[in-house]
Amino acid sequence: MLSVTPNTAGVVTLPKGLVGAGFAPVADESRAINGTVGDITAVDPRMTARNVNVYYGDKLAINDVSLDIGKNEVIAMIGPSGCGKSTFLRCLNRMNDTIDICRVEGEIKLDEQNIYDSSLDVVPLRAQVGMVFQKPNPFPKSIYDNVAYGPRIHGLTSSKSELDDIVEESLLKAGLWDEVKDRLAETGTGLSGGQQQRLCIARTIAVAPEVILMDEPCSALDPIATARVEELIDELREQFTIAIVTHSMQQAARVSQRTAYFHLGQLVEVGKTDDIFTNPRHGLTEDYITGRFG
Amino acid sequence: MTNTLLILILLGLMALAYHLGVRRSQKLVGGPGGVRGLHSLPSYYGFFTALWCGLPALIMLLLWVSLQGSVIRDLIVSDLPEAVRNLPEARLGLVINDIQNLAQGNIVSGEVSPEMAQAAEHYKSLLRTSYAASFVVILSLAIAGLSLGWRLISPQFRARNRVESVLKWLLIGCSTIAIFTTLGIVLSVLFESIRFFGQIPITEFLFGLEWSPQMAIREDQVGSSGAFGVIPLFVGTLLIALIAMLVAVPIGLMSAIYLSEYAGSHFRAYAKPLLEILAGIPTVVYGFFAALTVAPFIRDNGELLGLDVSSESALAAGLVMGIMIIPFISSLSDDVINAVPQTMRDASLGIGATHSETVKKVILPAALPGIVGGILLAVSRAIGETMIVVMAAGLSANLTVNPLQSVTTVTVQIVTLLVGDQEFDSPKTLAAFALGLLLFLVTLILNVVALRVVRKYREAYE
Repeated sequence: MLSVTPNTAGVVTLPKGLVGAGFAPVADESRAINGTVGDITAVDPRMTARNVNVYYGDKLAINDVSLDIGKNEVIAMIGPSGCGKSTFLRCLNRMNDTIDICRVEGEIKLDEQNIYDSSLDVVPLRAQVGMVFQKPNPFPKSIYDNVAYGPRIHGLTSSKSELDDIVEESLLKAGLWDEVKDRLAETGTGLSGGQQQRLCIARTIAVAPEVILMDEPCSALDPIATARVEELIDELREQFTIAIVTHSMQQAARVSQRTAYFHLGQLVEVGKTDDIFTNPRHGLTEDYITGRFG
Repeated sequence: MTNTLLILILLGLMALAYHLGVRRSQKLVGGPGGVRGLHSLPSYYGFFTALWCGLPALIMLLLWVSLQGSVIRDLIVSDLPEAVRNLPEARLGLVINDIQNLAQGNIVSGEVSPEMAQAAEHYKSLLRTSYAASFVVILSLAIAGLSLGWRLISPQFRARNRVESVLKWLLIGCSTIAIFTTLGIVLSVLFESIRFFGQIPITEFLFGLEWSPQMAIREDQVGSSGAFGVIPLFVGTLLIALIAMLVAVPIGLMSAIYLSEYAGSHFRAYAKPLLEILAGIPTVVYGFFAALTVAPFIRDNGELLGLDVSSESALAAGLVMGIMIIPFISSLSDDVINAVPQTMRDASLGIGATHSETVKKVILPAALPGIVGGILLAVSRAIGETMIVVMAAGLSANLTVNPLQSVTTVTVQIVTLLVGDQEFDSPKTLAAFALGLLLFLVTLILNVVALRVVRKYREAYE
């Protein structure tokens, strides 16, 4: 798992695999990375990333990655720890801005608008590209206030009843409504882990984003809660574009339509999920999905 | 001096005992290679022997030193002439004192009678005997302990457990020292207060509106009414504390928010220690800053505005006290804000909240209980603060809430009541203990509330 979340003191934990590892060429010819194998484009792209490099200080964390994220599809990003998949995901809504030493080069567009353009305000971008985090992180507020947080700060509603509707609708979409409708005033941190994560998803979709980024959303959940969230991801595909980073190849196979395999900061192979898992074209991808390392 | 020598010899013996214990334990299992055959590491056998050597001897020394004085005194008294022995206790004490002074070659009050000279000689010889006896008894005890400890060593012997249980008792002893000291102080204040309330009714003390503690020493003395109403003092204390908090809370809290949320790591690395230097300035320095700079400044500016400002005002003392408390609040709040998990910030920013919305709507509400706890601790500090108010707030117990007037506080009155030579049975002096008790209770309640609030906050994320 690539962890780039700054801890409380603002110190950045660099991904271990990158520090000092370098990008040494692999001896075996079929394991060498010469650009990305497979089709990086999507039929109906929502976000397009071209030639993205990300640096933490002097260290290159993402090396020349280009990838489309298509409308109404789930794209899974897999790869061993420290491969840059989380870093790439966090570039897509500029969450990396919160890390001082992080620098992004290249071009990432949301609906033909370059999100790293200096004229673009990051606040509406993050409302359009929402994010669900690895660990469920509900605010220590009531369930209602958790979901209403986004609509309130963006001024999406003009009356209490409108806000009630948004909260109900979001909780319904997140599949949590039946479980919490009688206790909306209770605090969100009192829910179980799986419920908390679905609450966080409800909170994200309450501001009606176009794209939802999920950074290992099930890694802190038990198998039953995981199955519930995976089901939910599949339902949400109808309305949203979803990019998910996951450590579990089974999960990638279950929820995604396209899969991208990252290795040491480079995008090795991308393609239809079925093709990647049944017929990988690159040696490294094959090694990873057959469990030879990772 | 001789006791110092004795202690040094004991320490030397203990070192020797340690060495002997280590050697014996190793020898029993056939040299350093056989350590695995021992229950404990050799050093534990060393410590065990050293403890057997040192502890009983040191306890004996302590007993000896504490009992020696009274035993020698009784022996001296029993040898004095009948007439002297039957003197009242206080006079007898003076005679004994003279004898001791004579023995040590100090100045003696009055004539030296032959009996006294003889008694002084007797005293000196007793003291010498006592020292010699203590030397012999304690050293033989140490050697006996050493040999006993040394004999007890065997490969199966659990020396580590014994040594650690001794250490545990040492730790228990240290922690009880603090507890018993606190208890002793509280009880002594409590008993003196009860004496005070025997002379002044507690209702008059708690609800009286006038404070004028001067008691008439002679019947015909004028202007000494002796009124012990604590209300003006508490109003003054709370007024100054309120002004201090009005200064310290906004400035401290906002600087904490800036330092923890907005400041770059470079700025923070310099600014935070600098802010904490404020906490290192002695309060007496703040005191003369308040009395010599701030109070005249306020008075002069008040006059420009046509206000009647007294030269020692609650405002001056409160302002300076507020500045003193700033680092207290900013440092505590900074810690609490930093303790809010990064995931909270990520969640809020990830939805598209701005930085300031995140601070206002997520971080501050989450940190609020901790901040409130910090503020309550700061309030109890402000109420107990003495030096600034002594120098800047004045002594007259006005019952007023006008910050431009001179007021006085509980702590200031305790200081003035006890400064100088005082009789310790008049209500005037005893009032200081009653005030101290009241102050203790108020700050205790504030601290308990503050700690509860802080603890409740700790549970929020776990």
